[in-house]
Amino acid sequence: MSQSTTEKPEVATEPVAAKKKVVLSEGKRAERKLGWWLCAPAAITMVAVTGWPIIYSIWLSLQRYDLKFPDRTEFIGFDNYVTVLASPYWWNAVWVTAVLTVISVAIELVLGMGLALIMHRALVGRGLVRTTSLIPYGIVTIVAGFSWRFAWTPGTGYLAELAGGEPVLTEKLPALMVVILAEVWKTTPFMALLLMAGLALVPDDLLKAAAMDGAGPWQRFVKVTLPIMKPAILVALLFRTLDAFRIFDNLFVLTAGSQGTSSVSMLTYNNLIKGLNLGIGSTMSVLIFLMVAAIAFIFIKLFGTAAPGSDDGGKR
Amino acid sequence: MAGIGGADTTQKKVGWGLLNAVVVAYALFPVLWILSLSLKSSKTLADGNLIPREISFENYSNIFATTEFIRALANSIGIAIIATVVAVVFGTMAAYAIARLDFPGKNLLVGVSLLIAMFPQVSLVSPLFEIERGLGIFDTWPGLILPYITFALPLAIYTLSAFFREIPWELEKAAKMDGATPGQAFRRVIAPLAAPGVFTTAILVFIFCWNDFLFAISLTSTEQSRTVPAALSFFTGSSQFEDPAGSISAAAVVITIPIILFVLFFQRRIVAGLTSGAVKG
Repeated sequence: MSQSTTEKPEVATEPVAAKKKVVLSEGKRAERKLGWWLCAPAAITMVAVTGWPIIYSIWLSLQRYDLKFPDRTEFIGFDNYVTVLASPYWWNAVWVTAVLTVISVAIELVLGMGLALIMHRALVGRGLVRTTSLIPYGIVTIVAGFSWRFAWTPGTGYLAELAGGEPVLTEKLPALMVVILAEVWKTTPFMALLLMAGLALVPDDLLKAAAMDGAGPWQRFVKVTLPIMKPAILVALLFRTLDAFRIFDNLFVLTAGSQGTSSVSMLTYNNLIKGLNLGIGSTMSVLIFLMVAAIAFIFIKLFGTAAPGSDDGGKR
Repeated sequence: MAGIGGADTTQKKVGWGLLNAVVVAYALFPVLWILSLSLKSSKTLADGNLIPREISFENYSNIFATTEFIRALANSIGIAIIATVVAVVFGTMAAYAIARLDFPGKNLLVGVSLLIAMFPQVSLVSPLFEIERGLGIFDTWPGLILPYITFALPLAIYTLSAFFREIPWELEKAAKMDGATPGQAFRRVIAPLAAPGVFTTAILVFIFCWNDFLFAISLTSTEQSRTVPAALSFFTGSSQFEDPAGSISAAAVVITIPIILFVLFFQRRIVAGLTSGAVKG
């Protein structure tokens, strides 16, 4: 589980490459060339569609650029950043996004662990459980979002009765709870699958030995299973946290960001597509990118999460 | 954890059965609910009943009578299939190189695709919106296919390279020793071994493209290239005063069908594909 390779991939390869340069055989050179040719289409597409736009959005974020007033476009330095960072709407969105992310990922972790244990250990109907729990993962988020929205709509839905006929989606806190419910429903199975892969790594013998030594089920879970699963748990958390942070689809359908329920993605979309303000939209894009980078950095540095696939190259 | 060391008593089986029932209900409830809504007629739509009193296909005939939905369905299918094919072909090439060949820059490629997998997609929406308008591909198929390929590639590369690493490549050598040409060795030995991995990846990538909403709604502006998830949010009832819930539900059920079929037929493969990249890390 080394994390050094992800941080600076080129450092890992350089010494090897330098050594080989001396004794590079014909075959080796052909292999390199083939490797580059095979990777070229994927690499070029990824860089062209993400690398260039990112640079371009940094450039756009430094301009006053409103498509409603195109003639007033000019370079204004960091003014957009000042505007965004001074805006209560932005901070509310950051806060909402953070709360949604933390709460939904925490619930997903607990439920996902339960589901993973069920899928891993079930004596009967394991296939059935695995098949049906894939449905929330596979279903179009928008479809699930509409299902929840109609369910909570007074008159139309069955859940609205539970709330005593109150329109829950028109108030901030209840609406956010519904959004969390929708997110948790949709992504718990994915979390469970990642955790189940980690569970499969826990040797049965070890659990049996612990049971012999008198450890109860809970002790075995906490003292044996969890430590072995730690890498899998961290990877699952990293994936889901970054994914939850981009929350957009469910919010769009459930509240459209009204009553102060906008996430940062929702707010960016509203400024960009509805408001046609490219400068402000790009500024928010850059800020979101920085926040996501910070989250990934924290996971990888502090928790020592190995990024999946990071040690691929190192091993071979 | 209950299974360890215990006997498979009937009581335990019943317990597991109950747990399974809870999981199945949890997973299916929202799906069944929207199915039920889609089968209600416009009169009973707002009755709040969980199960429709009478089954009506009115909503389905309504959506299939509009070009809006048919066009969106065609867009969804076309865009998802093209993006899937391209992403899987590019991904297969790159994953083969990552799994089998030694070349400088390999770790960089893995690092970059990891970055893209974690990338906040909304950050790309503003620049792509502007760039695509400049290139004249805003609100066209390529305008959506390009970002889909890009975000599907990391998924494809991870899943495929994990699969490719499991293939016993010595078999290729063995086949050549037995007198097979390289072409035959590939066709008869390697291709059949690699096919399941490629197929699984294709399913995962297709699901990703099929589900996207953010790009679909930001980079399109007319029926010309709007996919179903985006079109759904513009649905109105057949008249201004009608609740579009029925049409939305019916359209939602239609686009859920392929996902349900994939899950039913390829459950094992999807699980293997989703977890392959993650455990190895």
